[in-house]
Amino acid sequence: MHTRRAGAGALLIECADGAEVEAWRAELWRRRERGELAAVEIVPGARTVLLDGLADPAETAGLVAGWAPPPAAGTAQGPLIEIIVRYDGADLASVASEWEVPVSQAVERISGTELRVAFCGFAPGFAYLTGLPWPVPRLDTPRPRVPAGSVALAGEYAGIYPTASPGGWRLVGSTDAILFDIDRDPPALLAPGTRVRLVPA
Amino acid sequence: MIEVLRAGPLTTVQDLGRPGFAHLGVPRAGALDGPALRLANRLVGNAPDAAGLEVTAGGCSLRLRSAGTVALTGASAPLSVDGRPAGFGLPVPVPAGAVVTAGRVVHGVRSYLAVGGGIAVEPVLGSRSTDTLSGLGPAPLRDGDRLPLGEPATPSTVDFVPWQPPPASLALRITLGPRADWFTPEAVAALLGTAYTVSPVSNRVGARLTGAALTRAEAAELPSEGVVLGAVQVPASGQPLIFLADHPTTGGYPVIAVVDDVTPLAQAAPGTTVTFHGSER
Repeated sequence: MHTRRAGAGALLIECADGAEVEAWRAELWRRRERGELAAVEIVPGARTVLLDGLADPAETAGLVAGWAPPPAAGTAQGPLIEIIVRYDGADLASVASEWEVPVSQAVERISGTELRVAFCGFAPGFAYLTGLPWPVPRLDTPRPRVPAGSVALAGEYAGIYPTASPGGWRLVGSTDAILFDIDRDPPALLAPGTRVRLVPA
Repeated sequence: MIEVLRAGPLTTVQDLGRPGFAHLGVPRAGALDGPALRLANRLVGNAPDAAGLEVTAGGCSLRLRSAGTVALTGASAPLSVDGRPAGFGLPVPVPAGAVVTAGRVVHGVRSYLAVGGGIAVEPVLGSRSTDTLSGLGPAPLRDGDRLPLGEPATPSTVDFVPWQPPPASLALRITLGPRADWFTPEAVAALLGTAYTVSPVSNRVGARLTGAALTRAEAAELPSEGVVLGAVQVPASGQPLIFLADHPTTGGYPVIAVVDDVTPLAQAAPGTTVTFHGSER
């Protein structure tokens, strides 16, 4: 763990891997709830956790150094959400051939793996789901429009498009789940730390 | 209730934004020139966080159904009520049914029009701000839109507010990092030692700059990480982009430095010269 200054009011905590990110995210969340950390935003990334809206980042860096190391990820598990997925994506066959397995086995791999929300970004409610040990390359040419509810893979992540948008991820399926709802608290179905299963319809 | 007669090129509802949801991918949004919105609100007797209109460059025209008070701040622009010139940066009484027109800006980019009672559209995640990146909040105004107003309070009695035109060149204080070490020493020297120009493709997401390209020392792809307001992100072109209120919450390009206060960029017209200096100056 290493901290970097990110301007006058923020700190970036660098971690060795995604598991350490989740451990720190959960730990910092708990510290904030207990009133031990005053941060407006706690934003996990792929290998970092950003603390923003700090009154004194240098002082917070000292505090964080004293808290290390947090308990390993998994000791306090997030909620489990099952999302019903139709495995009918236009790129499912290309993912299967990338993995050198039949399509049915590709579906088993995706649906049989417990995923976890590593971080959000790109759009409100878009969660980067980690856990699949078989990375796939992005499309060479992004699609101009990917429909809302598309379940897709890219790199080490799976994701579900909350709204229609351009996108370069490989589409493996679709869901009717509402990923982001401004009248729900929290508005995102898949917040960082949530465990996710992409259950076949 | 106000009726939008002419929305202009980009007029949005803005308050002080919706911080606290970045971990869910929700940008902060909010007025780019926060002090100007707060001043406009104060002039008409609103709370500082009331929603007003951020009017970009080309002006707009509205009709107030009931008598009220308006104030125009930020980028200087001619204000008129039923065609009669009215004061900039002052509380202006408006009769019922009168047409309020903010003209094309003279100095700056974004004017703020506050109306007594505030724009009372339904808040989204605690804010009435339009987020042009994610589409949260009310859509940018269109001709014919009707916007509800809140209950007005007593307007301010000030009759003079000092105002200075935005400078032709900005000197912005930065803190290097978090990824300054991903760049060559020459790139850091260029950022601190050469002048950049605000590009016309700048918007509420970011102020795009043109100038000396900032070259990377580290060629690896940066895993996505959280970014802050004022982050100076450097995409593959090497031309820096300073993130403003509608910036994405995470990004995959390294951030060489962070601008301490982005407020002046709200009023930096294309062609404005920008230089950067560290806090030691």
